[in-house]
Amino acid sequence: MDPIIILQAGVATGTVLLFATVGEIFAERAGVLNLGLEGMMLIGAMSAFSITVATGNGWLGLIVAMLAAGALSLLHGVVTIHFQADQVVSGLALTFLGTGLSLVIGEGLNKAGAISLLPTLSIPLLSGIPILGPILFTKQSVMVYIGYLLVPIAWFYINHTRPGLHLRAVGENPTAADAMGLNVYRLRYSYVMVGGMLAGLAGGTISLAISPGWFSELTTGGMGWIAVGLVIFAQWNPWRAAFGGYAFGALRRTILDIQGPQTLLGFRNPFFFNPYYGFFLQMLPYAFTIAVLIIGSREALRKRLGAPAALGLPYVRGERGH
Amino acid sequence: MTSSESAKTRPTRSIRLPFEVQIEPRLNVPRWLSPLVSVIAIVLALLLGALVLKLVGGDPVRAYVHIAGAAFGSLGVFSDTLVKATPLIMTGLACSIAFQMKLWNIGAEGQFYMGALGASIVILAGVVKEDTPRAITIAVMLVAGIVFGAAWGLVPGWLKARLRVNEIITTLMLNYIAIALVNYFIFGVWSEGGFQMTRTFQLAAWLPRLSDLAEQSPIFRGLTTHFGLVFAVVAAIIVWYILYRSLWGYEIRLIGDNPRAAEYAGINITRNMVLVMMLSGGIAGLGGMSEIAGVVHRLQASISPGYGFTGIIIAWLAKLNPLVVIPVSVLFGGLILAGREIQPAGVPRLIQGIILFMLIASEVFLRYRVRLVRRP
Repeated sequence: MDPIIILQAGVATGTVLLFATVGEIFAERAGVLNLGLEGMMLIGAMSAFSITVATGNGWLGLIVAMLAAGALSLLHGVVTIHFQADQVVSGLALTFLGTGLSLVIGEGLNKAGAISLLPTLSIPLLSGIPILGPILFTKQSVMVYIGYLLVPIAWFYINHTRPGLHLRAVGENPTAADAMGLNVYRLRYSYVMVGGMLAGLAGGTISLAISPGWFSELTTGGMGWIAVGLVIFAQWNPWRAAFGGYAFGALRRTILDIQGPQTLLGFRNPFFFNPYYGFFLQMLPYAFTIAVLIIGSREALRKRLGAPAALGLPYVRGERGH
Repeated sequence: MTSSESAKTRPTRSIRLPFEVQIEPRLNVPRWLSPLVSVIAIVLALLLGALVLKLVGGDPVRAYVHIAGAAFGSLGVFSDTLVKATPLIMTGLACSIAFQMKLWNIGAEGQFYMGALGASIVILAGVVKEDTPRAITIAVMLVAGIVFGAAWGLVPGWLKARLRVNEIITTLMLNYIAIALVNYFIFGVWSEGGFQMTRTFQLAAWLPRLSDLAEQSPIFRGLTTHFGLVFAVVAAIIVWYILYRSLWGYEIRLIGDNPRAAEYAGINITRNMVLVMMLSGGIAGLGGMSEIAGVVHRLQASISPGYGFTGIIIAWLAKLNPLVVIPVSVLFGGLILAGREIQPAGVPRLIQGIILFMLIASEVFLRYRVRLVRRP
């Protein structure tokens, strides 16, 4: 129950959620809800692990993971953007498809992993900072550092660049964006792909770095769905997504560690003496997601913030805008 | 208009076909078109599934022949298919009624587990004594199953209605919580001899099976179809009546089609959200009750291979029509029954995913007419 270790592990696990959540933020900011994160992450985790085991090159594994999940997201794009199908149902179909496909292709993959297939490193100087150094910059996976870079880049891109403005325009008011001369369809496809590729990266991060190996559906264990919830908590803002992701990671680690010691804060540890109470601990991440959603929704109601205005609505050229 | 536009946007295309594809919105949809498109979509999905199986080194023909034979090959296996269809009808109904109102209840799985838990509690906590007559025992279990499932639907319904909390995520998260809760009871509280299951219920808590009639007529020997199927069919008829023959159903469908119009019409959307989620959860809970009272006769781990999620596909395939849910569930029951023996284990899920994708993609043909027009 060392808080430093919990936070250090929290940042590592949170990186997975961060990638998936930021990816989904891109897609939703463009107006396309993609509930298929869990399926895309599984495809990413499976292909990253199998390619890395076969070639010994973790980076190649990550690239293939991103391409595979990106291809899957394209399917969602075609069905929702061009065929104007319901985004919720299509996202669910994507989850089924991605899960089934990864189980079928991943069948017989060597399930044992346990060794990280991507390097871990400490940053000189920065790792010497008290408290923050050991948590953020010591013996973390290289993916964690990529996560640190992604958040400011995504935030800057969305809020302070011209393409970012176009992205928001397409998600808020596609009719006006079209009148501005933007290609709504092409932009939506692009950002659905970005979301898919980041979900693939999240999956690859699990199977190569955070808890290495392929454990079929348990590899993600619902993290894709938690990421969908985090987007709402994050109010479509990458910084808040990072905060939420890391907090979740820390919670997961706390749940593991809390069952270890015989005494907690001087009391008999009920989780040590009755291991079945562990099932209640297992509920916590999911209960916490609901709590976080309630907080996010209340805040959104109070501040009159909300989802991108055109989220979930297909855009049909020539039809009156919503 | 269309031809000049396409010529303008794609000036470089040099191949001129003698025909041109015109896409125009449909003004009215013929009655026969929707089922036809669905059937074509499913056939295409099965072909696509076969292709994927082939690509990963499987034998699609053998897999499909096996599925057909193992699901519908004889009276005995068809009876087993009906056993699998029973919970699917109820989860399919649960999804249908919620989806009619565009309430995305993805939580039928958890509500199913809670129904099973509720029905078990009345037996194992001694709410009904062991010597209580069968009819009363089963009636109490039925009510408990519905109430527990409804409670699990009430939470996300209330959160959605009052706080506008996205029900997709909450219902999904409640699935994980329900399964962990059931695990706590079967591992920790009611574990029998350290196994991950409770004791077997007394006979009075078993739903009658067709094989119980074997003494009168030997045809029924070994048939596992149980009384839960009757619950399922009755539930389907009731839900159909509510949706298409009652004022409440009209309100539900109006809210789903056009929430703004419903609001102007003075319909209480908040109350309907809560009620529909409770009804949806209650039906799924009934499915859980019927599964443990009719099939396993105890509470144990993994009572559902994803019935709640398959219910989503069934509802969509049935176009949210409660009566169509029944035959569709029988087809999917067969797929699940036969799929248990198919390796790799992901095949049924993969095929379900492809079917759902093809279905929603095919709906574009209901909205648009695609015509080949001879060029002048």
